[in-house]
Amino acid sequence: MDHGNDDTENLLTAVRAAIALRQPLSIQGGGSKGFYGNAGSGAPLDVTGHRGIVAYEPTELVLTARAGTRLTAIEQILADHGQMLSFEPPHFGPSATLGGTVACGLSGPRRPFSGSVRDAVLGLKLINGHGELLHMGGQVIKNVAGFDVARLLTGALGSLGVILEVSIKVLPRPETEATLRLAADPPAALRHMQALQRLPWPLSGLAYQGGHFWLRLAGAEQAVSAAAKRLGGDCPEDQEGFWNSLKEQRLAFFGGQEPLWRLSLPPAHPHLSAWDDTVIDWGGGLRWIKCPDPADQLFNLARQAGGHACRFRGGNRAEPCFQPLPPPLLALHQRLKQAFDPLRIFNRGRLRPEI
Amino acid sequence: MPYRVHSSEQIRHRVDKAYFVRLLSEHLKPDELLSAEEDVKPYECDGLSSHRARPWLVALPESIDQLRAVLGLCQTHNVPVVARGAGTGLSGGALPIDNGVLLCLSKFRRIIEIDPANRLVRVEPGVRNSAVSEAVRRYGLYYAPDPSSQIACTIGGNVAENSGGVHCLKYGLTVHNVAAAKLLTLDGELLELGSDAWDASGYDLLALVCGSEGLLGILVEVTLRLLPLPETAHTLLAGFDSVGQAGRAVADIIGAGLLPAGLEMMDNPAIRAAEQFVHAGYPSEAAALILCELDGNLAQVEADRERAHRILEDCGASTLRIATDPAERMRMWAGRKAAFPAVGRLSPDYYCMDGTIPRQRLAEVLGGIAEAGQRYGLAIANVFHAGDGNLHPLILYDANRSGELEKAEALGAEILELCVTVGGTITGEHGVGSEKIDQMCVQFSDAELNQFHRLKRAFDPAGLLNPGKAIPSLHRCAEFGAMHVRGGRLPHPELERF
Repeated sequence: MDHGNDDTENLLTAVRAAIALRQPLSIQGGGSKGFYGNAGSGAPLDVTGHRGIVAYEPTELVLTARAGTRLTAIEQILADHGQMLSFEPPHFGPSATLGGTVACGLSGPRRPFSGSVRDAVLGLKLINGHGELLHMGGQVIKNVAGFDVARLLTGALGSLGVILEVSIKVLPRPETEATLRLAADPPAALRHMQALQRLPWPLSGLAYQGGHFWLRLAGAEQAVSAAAKRLGGDCPEDQEGFWNSLKEQRLAFFGGQEPLWRLSLPPAHPHLSAWDDTVIDWGGGLRWIKCPDPADQLFNLARQAGGHACRFRGGNRAEPCFQPLPPPLLALHQRLKQAFDPLRIFNRGRLRPEI
Repeated sequence: MPYRVHSSEQIRHRVDKAYFVRLLSEHLKPDELLSAEEDVKPYECDGLSSHRARPWLVALPESIDQLRAVLGLCQTHNVPVVARGAGTGLSGGALPIDNGVLLCLSKFRRIIEIDPANRLVRVEPGVRNSAVSEAVRRYGLYYAPDPSSQIACTIGGNVAENSGGVHCLKYGLTVHNVAAAKLLTLDGELLELGSDAWDASGYDLLALVCGSEGLLGILVEVTLRLLPLPETAHTLLAGFDSVGQAGRAVADIIGAGLLPAGLEMMDNPAIRAAEQFVHAGYPSEAAALILCELDGNLAQVEADRERAHRILEDCGASTLRIATDPAERMRMWAGRKAAFPAVGRLSPDYYCMDGTIPRQRLAEVLGGIAEAGQRYGLAIANVFHAGDGNLHPLILYDANRSGELEKAEALGAEILELCVTVGGTITGEHGVGSEKIDQMCVQFSDAELNQFHRLKRAFDPAGLLNPGKAIPSLHRCAEFGAMHVRGGRLPHPELERF
């Protein structure tokens, strides 16, 4: 196992110096998800030198790695032992790191069936805005000692501290997976998805794209083939290809100049008929649309549907990209920021203009 | 044993009780407010009966407006508040405070909405855990977390403690099965956390509230995620001649890529106690017993069962049985599910611990526990959620024998510290509460505890919500460090330990 490099001392020194100078920092991993979130500001703090897998014992189903470790290295060592990251994270480039993945909190097509990034995070080491090294959570699957700060930092876009090391629960890879494809329009695909999720089918992906309903089955060979036989549809040649292109946004739909919106909605919400050109993931829970409409219109639509919207790529980066929070909740966010990073050193403005 | 909050964690106020009762009476009906000694006595402890404190007042509101009024008065007069569900918690999380209001949420017991299409159910916090699965069963759905107290414990308490159960390895803890919650803060704001979608905008406050032990706010509504009922479940029972063999079998099952719905282990004292109690057909002579349950669709379960069977055989199981029909499965589980009361029959009292360890250290930890038990002269039976490394040593003692409770607590503390030493944690699913608050000083540094305190102040600046629980003050830790019990020898046995 490559034990990498422990850069904790340098990072602590850099953060403490920034605190002394009140110099905002912009935490930099592999830069693969630099497009995500608001623009943010600050002098770069490079964490890619802090890398390496610290502990991995397959029979414990737990892996601990430094934040700068490349996702590809982690997925490789897991695959070598017949395991995987349960949340199938998008990389958005070969330089993606574990720290960035946790900070962005993005999960792939497997999410409804085997959990999200935050579900898998067990504990982490961080540097807070007081320049202190903290170890929150643990390296065991079950742990309820102390507030769940590790999950609070997941998806916080680096606004509460510099993530140094993460322990995550990993899962066995399914013995077999099979992809089926059926011709369907979006409303029909959504109906299919809903019906399938009411029953214990061995699912690991439910999506709609390009006039087709796509489903992925996972499990023991007998279980997968029995289910495939009952469900019908054709088997595309490159089975993994579709799910990879969906997760990495390499499908043709994701190209072009128009702003790309991510709508996270209750999965059974009806098809958004104004956008027939759409990609649907997470069994209906995630709707991707391209839309130049004013942001407020989409924020309202998502809120009324019981979910939230985010301008994922493109558009005017000076405009806030995440769904606005109700005032009491925003105030609580600001108090939490204050509790971790009172001088607003880390990733200022990246999550919210006020944070 | 009467329990008082550590002096540094106490909230002091000089409010006259009769006066405060008058203020509360403007919002609560007479039967919703208890103040007489004999009325509040039944509330003096939760499931951790060794810690007791008489609540100052007990409030049983039934509406959010009433709740808001009670919290508002407590905030204005600096009166501490402890929330309580069914009071089944095992760590003293709902232990009252002698100058505080105990806020019972048992009247919030409506199932508000079942949404089968999104596989969600919206409930009030006083709804019982098992009532959820019963209510949604007709839609072919169920709620996965199943703490052993599920017949009685409430969803509000489950979220507050982030409760587990025997199915955590595959289905997760409460935090993995909650979609949204409404949290009432002390200043009366109703915060909506999470959403009916798979994620929510902003910080993951829902994850933060799960397991926060009533320190951040009062839950008034929870939306739970539901799963389709599995088509079938099969259970394997295997007896082993040594704990080491059983531990290896667990590692091999996980290493082979199986993800059992339940993977439980019991040691010989636990096996014998359970067998004498419910006659589940357990091999009484076995050093360790494994129960491995596989669920899902039939083809999957059959394939998994064959692989598990082979592994258990290869690891040298001396007994190996399979249950495929529900009645036989129930019988296999009856012993495990009755393990606590069964051990309770062997001894006037028992003390249930809740550490989690990396599984590969199991044999070493069990050895350490046995050695410590001998040193203290107390018997221990071990029940183990082996799949996720969550160990429940049950320490047998007799509270009527002078000093024995203190010995049991000191032994328990040593076991928890052993769990931390091997890379584990002091609590896997029961919470810290009042019980393990001293051991928090072992697991976390001063800087980490300070961060927890700052986080709490973001929700509760005056520190009125459940003081003296979950997160110790640094004063407490300094004192605890100074009188730390080691090797079973109390440095000052003549002193009382609070």
